[in-house]
Amino acid sequence: MNKAGERLYNGLIKENPTFVLMLGMCPTLAVTTSAVNGLGMGLTTMAVLALSNLFISLLRKVIPNRVRIPAFIVIIASFVTMVELLLEAYLPELNKSLGVYIPLIVVNCIILGRAESYAYSNPPVPSLFDGIGMGLGFSFALTCIGAFRELLGAGSVFGYALPPTFQPIRIFGQAPGAFFVLAALVAFQNYLKKTRQKAGKEFEKIGSGCSEDCMNCDKKGCTKRFYDTDTAEKEQEPEGAVSSGAVALKENSGTRGSRGSRKPDLEIVDLDEEGK
Amino acid sequence: MENVKDLLVILVSSSLVSNVVLSQFLGLCPFLGVSKKTNTAAGMGTAVIFVITLSSAVAGVINRFVLQRFHVEYLATIVFILVIAALVQFVEMFLRKAIPSLYEALGVYLPLITTNCAVLGVAINNVQKEYGILTGIVNGFATALGFTIAIVILAGIREKLEHNDVPESFRGMPMVLLTAGLMAIAFCGFSGLL
Repeated sequence: MNKAGERLYNGLIKENPTFVLMLGMCPTLAVTTSAVNGLGMGLTTMAVLALSNLFISLLRKVIPNRVRIPAFIVIIASFVTMVELLLEAYLPELNKSLGVYIPLIVVNCIILGRAESYAYSNPPVPSLFDGIGMGLGFSFALTCIGAFRELLGAGSVFGYALPPTFQPIRIFGQAPGAFFVLAALVAFQNYLKKTRQKAGKEFEKIGSGCSEDCMNCDKKGCTKRFYDTDTAEKEQEPEGAVSSGAVALKENSGTRGSRGSRKPDLEIVDLDEEGK
Repeated sequence: MENVKDLLVILVSSSLVSNVVLSQFLGLCPFLGVSKKTNTAAGMGTAVIFVITLSSAVAGVINRFVLQRFHVEYLATIVFILVIAALVQFVEMFLRKAIPSLYEALGVYLPLITTNCAVLGVAINNVQKEYGILTGIVNGFATALGFTIAIVILAGIREKLEHNDVPESFRGMPMVLLTAGLMAIAFCGFSGLL
């Protein structure tokens, strides 16, 4: 399989951001009240993800390692603003129903995660397709969850109503229903993981929502801290050296302040180490 | 007088009726990730109140005196995310130097908040609803208060859940999500308040 196709397959199936990696849960729960909303949010995120991946990859040799996270955020936020303005102009209804969640795409951890773990260390074309693949996977998952909730909660699919003999369970269209659907999904993942592991297959990739306490998390590559689990391991080594240097610097002099503000990621790592 | 009444309505509606986690799904990561013990949950809640109130004040001032003044409102998302990230870092450094005792209590939570979508969500909400600076601060405080209420309750329930016999597949996250769903149903009851 060629590189582009492999990236698409990876995003859509193998590392599906919602069903497998369990990333970006806030928009997943919030906008999946109907299939159309889910699809709209998914495609919007895909546009931002593909473009930001492409540009971060193009700029990867220019962006210094230390300020990469702020740089990623500026690139992502610029694309989110463009997409938001486009939606406002051409799809005002969708923009209204997605509301505040469109600007909040900036803090969607899928996008920063892909920038950090793929686009920053790979050439532009595969990065673009990685973004498209991940975005398609996200859209697919959001549309499925949206269709499911719309079917149960409003008795329709993509706006087409079912015969009136079907009695909808309204709560699935509201906030509590989102939690219940996600709970069922994670439980299913847990079940799958357990049975497959018994059969001797590796299903480590499945995130199924870390149930540990973030405060005592010893995983440096925890997705909630912007890192993708597999690549963080590799990246941590040189990082670790830099950050322990930074810690030492901190204790000796007061000049680190101005630098500290530019590298939130390293700050996080530092605190981890100090905490232990 | 009318003004005070408006602020009270915002206080109740942002903290209880449209709770930030349970009905708007913002700040889910810390809500699920730091709710294992009541102590840490309360610490996280306090840190969130601190940061959100401060950031909505700063975002309000920037919006009023920079973005609106120069007619660049469309830059709100970019400016807010950068300002918030820098602010959290700055608060962390300031606390570490100036008030070590408070830093001991809140400092460890601050890096987790940098990526909290509730902080950016409040700032953007304030702009979209065209709140003034003071109203924005009250809204921010109320939202964060709602977050704290929800996370402390969830932590209390999770402490009890530890001793229960839960079906194997539902152990861990699914059970927490079900609890959150039931809490969301309970919070729906507040919608009669306004």
